Parts: sequence; C-alpha cells; structure tokens
Amino acid sequence: MSVLIYAENTGGKFKKSIFEAVSYARAIADQNKTNLVAISIGDVSAGELAALGKYGAEKVLNVSGDKLKNFVNQAYASIIAEAAKKQDADIVVLSNTFSGRGLAPRLGVKLEAGVADGAVALPEQNGGKFTIKKTAFSGKAFAIVELTSANKVIALIPNSYKVVETGGTAKVEDFTVETKESDFKAMIKEIVRSTDKVSLPDAEIVVSAGRGLKAPENWGMVEELAELLGAATACSKPVSDAGWRPHSEHVGQTGIAVSPNLYIAIGISGAIQHLAGISSSKVIVVINKDPEAPFFKVADYGIVGDAFEVVPKLIAAVKEYKASA
Amino acid sequence: MKILVCVSNVPDTTTKITFTDNNTQFNTNGVQFILNPYDEIALSRAIELTEGDKGSVTVINVGEVNTEATVRKALAIGATDAVRINAKPHDAWYVAYQIAQYVKANPFDLILTGRESIDYNGSKVAGMLGELLDIPSVSIIKKLDAADSNATVEREIEGGKEILTIPYPFVAGTAEGVAEPKIPNMRGIMSARTKPLTVVEPVEVKTFSEVLSYEIPAPRGQVKLVPADDAAKLVELLHTEARVI
Repeated sequence: MSVLIYAENTGGKFKKSIFEAVSYARAIADQNKTNLVAISIGDVSAGELAALGKYGAEKVLNVSGDKLKNFVNQAYASIIAEAAKKQDADIVVLSNTFSGRGLAPRLGVKLEAGVADGAVALPEQNGGKFTIKKTAFSGKAFAIVELTSANKVIALIPNSYKVVETGGTAKVEDFTVETKESDFKAMIKEIVRSTDKVSLPDAEIVVSAGRGLKAPENWGMVEELAELLGAATACSKPVSDAGWRPHSEHVGQTGIAVSPNLYIAIGISGAIQHLAGISSSKVIVVINKDPEAPFFKVADYGIVGDAFEVVPKLIAAVKEYKASA
Repeated sequence: MKILVCVSNVPDTTTKITFTDNNTQFNTNGVQFILNPYDEIALSRAIELTEGDKGSVTVINVGEVNTEATVRKALAIGATDAVRINAKPHDAWYVAYQIAQYVKANPFDLILTGRESIDYNGSKVAGMLGELLDIPSVSIIKKLDAADSNATVEREIEGGKEILTIPYPFVAGTAEGVAEPKIPNMRGIMSARTKPLTVVEPVEVKTFSEVLSYEIPAPRGQVKLVPADDAAKLVELLHTEARVI
C-alpha cells in the first residue's frame, strides 16, 4: 500500500497549497507506515519535481506530453487513477483547488472510493475506522465523516495544514499512461490569468470590503492595502451583486469560502451568509463605523471608525512597519 | 436541446446551524428549506437556453416526499417537467448514481448542477455523473454559451479563468455569473401544480461514506478594540501578538 498525492502545478511551479497537501499526505503515509508517491502532470522541471522530496515525497511520477500541458479534467483523472492502481495506493490526496474539485469526484468513481472533499484535518484511524473532518453548511459547521470504502480520496482545503519540511530529495521517474481520445473532448480555447494579483482561494491574507465603501471608485485604498500586505482582495455579496466588484471576489455562503491567516473586513456588517465563508480564517480584523455591527462578535481585533479615515491611517502604519522591518 | 438540471433541497442561507442527538443530527426544527441557490442559477440558465421552443428542461431531485415543495418551485420558475427519485440523499455518490441510472435510460444533451449544495458543499455530483456516464464534466463555471453541437464555458481557476469548448453531452456545475436567478411569476406558480412530476424508485447501491457527527466552529474570544486614530497599534498587534504579518 502507499499514499498518492497529486501535485498540481500552476505554470510549471508548485504553490504553497501543494506543499501543504504533500506535507499532509506525508503525515497520512506515516500514520499507515507506508510510502508517499507524488504525481505531477504537465510541464514541470526536474528540479522543481525533486524538490517535492523536501515535504516528504519519496518518489515523483512525472507525466508530460503535448496534450497534457494544460489541465484536462477527464484525462488527468484517468492518469491519476492509473497511477494509484500501479502504485498500489489506497489513499489519494489532492489540494481542494478548482481543478482538484473537478478531479476528486471522478477519481472517487474510478477507484470506487469514498471522497472527503474540503478536508481540514488529518484523518483519524482507529481499529479500521477511517474518519475525517470536513467543512459543511458552507463554513457554519464541520462534519466528521467516515469513509467506509477500501480506497479513499481526500481533498485538503488550502491553509488548513502547515507545510512541514522533512528534508530530502525525491526520486523523479517518467510515467507514461495510454490515454484515450474520448478523454480529450473538452478543449481549452484560452486561459486568462491576472498575474499581478494574489489569487483569493489560497491567499494567506485577504482584504475585503463591503457596502460601507459606498461606491466602486472607492476601492483604490482597499487595493493599496492589499498590495502592501501581499493580500488578495475580496468583497461581500451586495457589492458583487451591484456589479462594483467581480463575482469571483464574492466571499460568503454562496460565493467563495476562504481560510486565510488574516482576514480584514472593511465596511462589512457581517451577515450570517458572509460569516459562513470566512469562519475558518485564523485572525479576523473588522473595521466598521457601527459598533453594533454583528461582525465584531466574531472578530479578534476591531476598530470602530469610518473606513475613509481608518484605512488611510492603516495604510500609513503598514508602510511605516514595512520600512522599519 | 434537452437539458437536465439536478436540484437539491437545502436549509435557507440565513439558517443558524445547530445539531441534536449529541451532535449527530442536523436540527431541522424551524428551518426553512429552499432550492439550492446554485441550482437556481443552473435552472435559470437552462430556461434561457431553451426559450422559444428550443428544447425542454427537466429537473431531477433525489429526495423524499418532503422535497416536493422545492421541486414544484423549480417547475414554477419554468422547468418543463420534474423527476423525483424517492430516496434519502445519502451522499454525493448515492445521488450521482441514482441520477446516472435515470440518464442512461433517458438521455440529455446537457446536464447542469449547482457548483455545490450549500449544506454539504461537496461539489461532487457533477464530476461523479460525468464519470458514471463517461462524458466530460466541468466543476465550476461562471459562463455558459450554447451552440448547436457544443457549448463554450468559462471555468474559474485560481487567479483567473479558462475558456473551454465542450461537445454535448456533458455535465457542468454552475456558479454566480451564469445567469440571474429567475423569480416565479403567478402563471408559473399556477402551472407548476399541473406540470408532470414523475416519482421514480431508487436502485440499490453500496455507499462509501457516513456522516458520524458534526461540530460547530469554536467561538472566538472577546474582540480586542483598537482606537480609530491608532492604526499603528493594530499593525503592532498583528505582528507581535497574532503573528500574521
């Protein structure tokens, strides 16, 4: 038996969320006293692949080819399932990214495996019982789920497990799989990536703003603060519904759920639907002129004040801090 | 074009989530159930795509008789007909398996689901259905334009988007942006009562997961307030105390 981790690359590089998932998979392999094998699909350099050893992968299977440069859900799922069978892996770990969420269910069917999507902690394995904690009710609760199948697929939420460096270099092996034509029906026409911005789902710091900002042209200070902190920008539902900000920035029950280390909410009252999407943030800062805003009840730090006065002061303070650091 | 929209019956977004029986059961007492908001987006887009006699929209739900109000709501919004598979939706695999059996006997050009249900948030049914039917699946889309033999969709990726062309049949999970949710009008509500709703009995299938219990996130301590004119204090606390910057 072994554990297989799918190491998703972004433009040939692995992001921190993948190192988290490799560290997490390493811990599961240790629970089972077995090996950790990583699989990478696409164009990734040998050095980058071998570096996965730092987080505990003993071996990295490298799958490349012209048709596999970009993510093809069906084909990638077939390749990962094939690798799981060849490596005798009964547990497959992925990062719960947009692509990971596409792969996990297909892998579950292929491997007749129970799927724990949105996992937030290591599984507990007691007397043959395999249980795992996952998000439920859009962040308002967690569910403890037992996977009763022999094979298991786990998708780990970014920022929920720490990167652990164990040292070491992984052995990189080329891995070839016969792919079938019918796995390539979905054709990518274009990939649009805004490289100058931090991506929201896996951001470590998020600066979010709501209706308290009054108009879309007032977002300059939010973006400035985010840029200074290396943060992603986000917003509440009324803001994206009004078209002030794109839907992809909407955080909350019907938008994106985030789990950053620091979530700064500016001019957001804290409706239950918004709080659902941010409840697993480690530290929450709320800036609101209404001291009765419900958001203060779940905040770690707060400033009661007008965003238009507080945020510029905060920007100046962060600049000063960065200059002295 | 024949479109199938998979819908689930979920607690309203304003619901305060609590549990009973030693945190093993979701407390449905006083909870209002609604059509899953993401499924509403899928349904609204399906109706737009078939407007003007360009096809039909069937909604399918795996649920017991208590979900019929939600299925009727989907009919009131504008679905042509509905199917309810008479079973408790044990997990995503169970639901996907039941729907796949139905689709194998009754093919569709396009199958839409919401990106996820707002109760268990698995976003698994679309991918599982795709795999069970051996057709493409795309988990979270923000845009869907249909042509005769294929559709163009925008898939969300971290920090951007991917534009794909996919031939029918395929499965897609819809998110905000695909359509504005439609609100049923009086005519829709009246006609929903007489539109066909077929009840199908489930097939036997082994399941792979069980929810054992639930937890509510641990409450945070009292908020530490910083004076509005002392932003530097906040930065200091975030650095030295919270250690997040």
